[in-house]
Amino acid sequence: MSKSDSVSPSKKHDLKTSILQGLSAAWPICLGYIPIGIAFGVLAQKAGLHPIEIMLMSILVFAGSSQFIAVSMLSTGAGAVSIIITTFAVNLRHLLMSSSLAVFLGNTTRKKLSLFAYGVTDESFAVNHTRFSQKIWDLDQALVVNHTANIAWVVSSVIGGYSGRFIHEGAFGIDYALTAMFICLLIFQLKGRFYVITAVIAGAVAVILSLIIPGSSYIVLASIFAATTVLGLKKWVLR
Amino acid sequence: MIHQEVLWVILGMGLVTYVPRWFPLVLLSRRNLPQWLVDWLDLIPAAILSALLVPELVTNGMPRHMSFWQPELWVALPTFIFALKTKSLGGTVVTGMVLFWLAQSII
Repeated sequence: MSKSDSVSPSKKHDLKTSILQGLSAAWPICLGYIPIGIAFGVLAQKAGLHPIEIMLMSILVFAGSSQFIAVSMLSTGAGAVSIIITTFAVNLRHLLMSSSLAVFLGNTTRKKLSLFAYGVTDESFAVNHTRFSQKIWDLDQALVVNHTANIAWVVSSVIGGYSGRFIHEGAFGIDYALTAMFICLLIFQLKGRFYVITAVIAGAVAVILSLIIPGSSYIVLASIFAATTVLGLKKWVLR
Repeated sequence: MIHQEVLWVILGMGLVTYVPRWFPLVLLSRRNLPQWLVDWLDLIPAAILSALLVPELVTNGMPRHMSFWQPELWVALPTFIFALKTKSLGGTVVTGMVLFWLAQSII
């Protein structure tokens, strides 16, 4: 079986259905992004960024953890080059995510792919990947997910930049929104015992590495190690 | 309103976040990948999500150290069970937030 046979969308969705399906997949992501976006806006404003700069960063960068790190580095007077290098390192994991998504996107234009690439985040990646692999998804719905999440992120970070003073930190458990989202997204991915073993190895190795090496390179290292180990294990067991 | 230094930082960040998202999609999507690579990439989501999540639950501080007595970990258990039973992303986010909020107001 060639890969392109197995991944072509089973049916063509009309535009309205695509938008509705995309929105219903995107709202939990938005729910997670809104408090984080507001929190980012507040911090960015305290670091001296103008709401227009906040908006520009959320539009052009669209990467939560990097934006938080960049703002805290800006407020300590770090140089542009070191902020950009840090951002690059923090976001290297998107290389793996986009590679993993590419498997499902064989028959599409480069223009659409470039538009889709813009919205690949931890959350949209997991939501879209789950649905692509269930063969109930095509690029149109995925684009709706990515851009809805993006709008929620941009708008909430600007709101934070203007009015953040009125929202106190830690209210309503907002700090836990993304963690809870990761828990559920991980469960979606546990489709069999090899996936469970992968998750266990990746989690354990990530913890160990995160204690030894500063920064966030442990995410990529642990993921590559776990996937490679389990692929080897699978070959060996199924031999 | 926009400082030039900040603008350069933002543009640079935009470039280095876009390229890792874009490059593999364009490079890999139009090829027939070898089966082992497809299998390997299929394991990546579970690996990344776990690598993102677990250190959040059991480590704390800067530099990081192990920490088991934190609400992040204990709230994760009922949230995990809820997610497993309902398979609802929105419901899990709301449940996790409420439980975490309760845990923080108790402690």
